Amino acid sequence: MLDEPLSLWGGLEPLTGEIIDRRHPQSGEFVTGRIVVLPVGRGSSSASSVLLEAVRLGTAPAAILLAELDPILALGATVARELYDRAPPIAILAPADYSALDTRDLVELTAAGALTVRARPETTP
Amino acid sequence: MSVALSSEDRAFLAGDHGAAEKMAMRILVDMAKVYGATELLDITSAHIDGCLFHGDSGLEFAQRLVNGGGRVRVRSTLNVGALDLLHADSFNGPPELADRARRLMQAYEAMGCEPIWTCAPYQASHRPGLGEQVAWAESNAIAFVNSVLGARSNRYGDFIDICAALTGRVPACGLHLERNRRARVVYDLSRLSENLLANPVLAPVLGYHVGADCRTTVPVLDGLPADTDEDFLKALGAAAASSGAVALFHAVGVTPEAPTLAAALHDLPPERVVKVELEHLRRTRDVLSTADDETPLAAIALGSPHFSYEEFARLLPLVERWPPAASVEFVICTNRVALALIENSGWAATLREVGIRVVVDTCVVVTPILRAMDGALMTNSGKFAHYTPGNTGLAVVFGSLVECVRSAALGRVWRDPDLWREPGGES
Repeated sequence: MLDEPLSLWGGLEPLTGEIIDRRHPQSGEFVTGRIVVLPVGRGSSSASSVLLEAVRLGTAPAAILLAELDPILALGATVARELYDRAPPIAILAPADYSALDTRDLVELTAAGALTVRARPETTP
Repeated sequence: MSVALSSEDRAFLAGDHGAAEKMAMRILVDMAKVYGATELLDITSAHIDGCLFHGDSGLEFAQRLVNGGGRVRVRSTLNVGALDLLHADSFNGPPELADRARRLMQAYEAMGCEPIWTCAPYQASHRPGLGEQVAWAESNAIAFVNSVLGARSNRYGDFIDICAALTGRVPACGLHLERNRRARVVYDLSRLSENLLANPVLAPVLGYHVGADCRTTVPVLDGLPADTDEDFLKALGAAAASSGAVALFHAVGVTPEAPTLAAALHDLPPERVVKVELEHLRRTRDVLSTADDETPLAAIALGSPHFSYEEFARLLPLVERWPPAASVEFVICTNRVALALIENSGWAATLREVGIRVVVDTCVVVTPILRAMDGALMTNSGKFAHYTPGNTGLAVVFGSLVECVRSAALGRVWRDPDLWREPGGES
């Protein structure tokens, strides 16, 4: 879970999937194969290129969950589908759902785009 | 949500205008759905970022368009590439990278884009007019074309920029629409001293501060002097577009859509009013540096966005008085328009004599040009400060132009004790 918005350009290294924005709270963490939750992207419009490159290199997140629409990330995913026939699904969460998410949650995303958040292991249903 | 398509739009989708244009329109229609736009609209120009090499995927995309016969339908200028095409020996990276970067730049030229290779097209003859619908990429250029020229662009970027240029169409949404250009947050600058408001060093700091605070909402700055110049607004917008996602800002009495505060607000009440204090700006100034002033000074980099002729005019007397020490690498990034002017005026020769390197077509943050591998890079650019640590591996120290020049001369960071001083008080 990213505490702050992230610009993928200058912020994500597609060769490794590492967050390289040294001012970012999650600097040094890796996004590859993980569901990344962030408020929104920021900064450079080249973030779509970085996402596309990450898809090509296999370091892209498994899915991206946003608190608000980010057309630049959506574009990266659209072009990835045109070129490579695959892309991480991107979903926008309602504010209540976004703030309720915790890194301990198990999240399941189907191909049709249905998102299920399972209860955290230590809570009772 | 369905998008109402014109008969021309449908012709593109049917492939009537070629394979490249067909894929371009498909991507645009997809994005129209993402944006919630119900139709497309015409644009008159584009500024394109896709020519900067980020990886093979971008080159594959461009080649697919070139092979599909893609040709742009509106004036399309190109942003920085990864190479200084006039100074081949300035590239410090592996030759395979240089080769791919060059092929990408050539692919966009092949589609009819103008090879001006600058992030400041608005200072290189590309200046859309008030109200013109355009598709511009490059975050600082988007901020400038919207705010300073009053043209209308969303935050376009790689891929969608060339798709818009190939079809001349974009989703009718966001800042293309009048109602979305309304300012919602007011930044009251009345507590700042006149001296500071007229000082160029304020521009990147204020911009970075506003961008981080308002993020995606449209701000209006109330209190900038009426004679605030384009280079100040350029630096402010570039910083705001780096720390936040600012694509449009208004400045009362300065920018064309803000003759008055009420006009910028579309006569509606603001969502927030922020009174900007000197102390807040000092804190933002400190965020711009990632190293302290005792860090060994390796390099100075100026020119993000690209240095204008006027900025060279400010710089020349400073470096003549305080020429850089040989131990400090000093690079200025600019475009061919400014370079031609300073060659003509003899300034380029002066800069060479004092050991300053002028680089065109690209930028130290997007491509390996600097020889320095460790120590601090010092800059007066908020955008350079933001991106330097992640993109170059160097730490960054932010300062004013004078602080940068005098630091280079001394070989270590020098500070002007009066620069951020409270008027009549302690600094």
